[in-house]
Amino acid sequence: MKQTTLGMALLASTVLAGMATAETTISIESWRNDDLVLWQDKIIPAFEAANPGIKVKFTPSAPAEYNAVLNSKLDAGSAGDLITCRPFDASLALYEGGKLADLSDLPAMGSFSAVAKSAWQTDDAKATFCVPMASVIHGFIYNKDAFAALNLTVPETEDEFFAVLDAIKADGTYIPMAMGTNDQWEAATMGYNNIGPNYWKGEEGRLALIAGTQKLTDEDWIAPYRTLAKWGQYLGDGFEAQTYPDSQNLFTLGRAAIYPAGSWEISGFNSLVDFEMGAFKPPVKAKGDKCFISDHTDIAIGLNAASPNAEAARTFLNWVGTSEFASLYANALPGFFSLSNHDVKMEDPLAQEFVSWRGECESTIRSTYQILSRGTPNLENETWGASVAAIKGTETPEAAGARLQAGLASWYAPQQ
Amino acid sequence: MISSKKGPKFRWHILVFLAPAVLVYTAIMIMPLFNTLRLALYSEVDNATVFVGLANFRTLFGEAHWADAFWNALGNNFWFFFVHMIVQNPIGILLAAILSHPRLRFASLYRSAIFVPTILSFVIVGFAWKLILSPIWGIAPSMLDMVGLKSLMAPWLGKEEYALTTLALISVWQFVGIPMMLIYAALLSIPEEVLEAGEIDGITGAAAFWKIKLPLILPSIGIISILTFVGNFNAFDLIYAAQGALAGPNFSTDILGTFMYRTFFGFQLQLGDPHMGSAIATGMFAIILLGVCIYLFAIQSRMRRYQF
Repeated sequence: MKQTTLGMALLASTVLAGMATAETTISIESWRNDDLVLWQDKIIPAFEAANPGIKVKFTPSAPAEYNAVLNSKLDAGSAGDLITCRPFDASLALYEGGKLADLSDLPAMGSFSAVAKSAWQTDDAKATFCVPMASVIHGFIYNKDAFAALNLTVPETEDEFFAVLDAIKADGTYIPMAMGTNDQWEAATMGYNNIGPNYWKGEEGRLALIAGTQKLTDEDWIAPYRTLAKWGQYLGDGFEAQTYPDSQNLFTLGRAAIYPAGSWEISGFNSLVDFEMGAFKPPVKAKGDKCFISDHTDIAIGLNAASPNAEAARTFLNWVGTSEFASLYANALPGFFSLSNHDVKMEDPLAQEFVSWRGECESTIRSTYQILSRGTPNLENETWGASVAAIKGTETPEAAGARLQAGLASWYAPQQ
Repeated sequence: MISSKKGPKFRWHILVFLAPAVLVYTAIMIMPLFNTLRLALYSEVDNATVFVGLANFRTLFGEAHWADAFWNALGNNFWFFFVHMIVQNPIGILLAAILSHPRLRFASLYRSAIFVPTILSFVIVGFAWKLILSPIWGIAPSMLDMVGLKSLMAPWLGKEEYALTTLALISVWQFVGIPMMLIYAALLSIPEEVLEAGEIDGITGAAAFWKIKLPLILPSIGIISILTFVGNFNAFDLIYAAQGALAGPNFSTDILGTFMYRTFFGFQLQLGDPHMGSAIATGMFAIILLGVCIYLFAIQSRMRRYQF
């Protein structure tokens, strides 16, 4: 009898204790281990202050391993409640496999435009499964001191761009442009998809390619290779073996004048350079032409379909759609721009410069990311090779276009 | 009388002693190997795994872009092997011959120095050589400049025509210690009397090496060749560490290992396809098996052995 009472008392105390701390802990899977401090010191405290009763844990893994680690965790049922989403097919595969929940009815989705959501939707745009967090914008970062010393102004047209490069080359103090072809992806991401949208008119050309009404052999898609072919002579000696970190170092050490960039470089560069940096958008063909920029949807956050704390997780996802989160994130990570419709004030001048182009130009995303890189051969990887070949001059732009078109047509029905 | 009726006693201790090795080897080598072969016969259709027979192999050898990539990787693999055979093994034999010279001083120092790269990680070797050969920060340009050969400097790892040979030579630099050690051991085991008998017949110096030592170390050279073959056709790490999974420039350094990795685990936007990856792995297994069989039946069985 005495023992039962004791047992009941113990049981009651656990129940009471459980009620007293009616607190849910949700955890976030991410590849951004660089941002750990930012999440722990800024984002999570701000959320927890507004939502007492929900605790958040940020548990990132290494970027290169993220997809593999996440997939095995999801299969084993040990993944976190919230999943940071890669754009397009990697996340779409998770949604179709039933690992990510449908978030179409989430109130926060109202804060995002259709283009912003396109990276985390089914092909028919019926279901959205991740809340967009940030995009990166392509352009060129330049060394303001170098430009001042050589009396150069920021180029707007392509002719001016090459005139500037010629002037830097003739002077000889600086390497005109810091880019290598060893790692291959820079040539496609910071080369082809940086300058390309001006040729294929952004979304218009990109969607036409997906619909099958334009081909990679069309002039709009070959012309960027022709321009890239002229870049080779302005890159440093031995650019064929120059890696991505080499290029970053060449620019931040002040040995190169122009760096074909993505805005994600801003925070890294800020801490390294001792000169003033500026940015200019990809040059247009003729003065006054409409400009297009690559404003690439890069990161979002979704809900693990098997999460036991779905309610708390949804609260967090709704908060991700608020202007509070947008401004916290954009200011802590200059160069990662909010995808929401909120008016976000940013402090960093270089980030402001990049984001100001959104007002002047039309935004698009990288041409190869949606649908077109689903088969084998993979169009994105093929574009890396073609861009490198164009810069090195080992393949004519026409031949590259024909090769890519043949590869795409071999598996993609609308292009057959 | 009683004991002879029982017949020979079953010797349980043999099983007990064999068991750990057999179990471990089965679990981590034989099972995965056969599972890989099995995986190659399946494919993923609408989120379900279905048996497709040899369809993956038909794709691999029948569709132009798969077949081109496969033959390119195989060709590169043969070149990688060829460079090792004509550079690594002769240099290894030469070094061993020099080291086994009885009047050489500091022999053990040289021996260790040449062997050390073998125990280094591929990542360290790949990264160190990338830095050495870097046209921007590397020491290769300034060293060539010192001897007036700056004009010979090229971005070797970035040019399609040189990259694979450069990587093969880096691998030779790393592994030359292995043939050297094996040959060195073989040379030391040649009895003094044989050499002295030759000397009495007037065979000395270089002639002694070619006529007496070389025939006696031929079995070791055979073993080294087959080790090189298996090692090269399984190679992956150095290429991955130095050039990444895309084996640039323009797939000129792509070997079967990197091709298999890219296909199996996926790369960048390309999602992984374990079934096609297993088909390639099966191809690699067949090639290595064939090479080893040729060696065992055509070469090893004809090799003459000498007993002292």
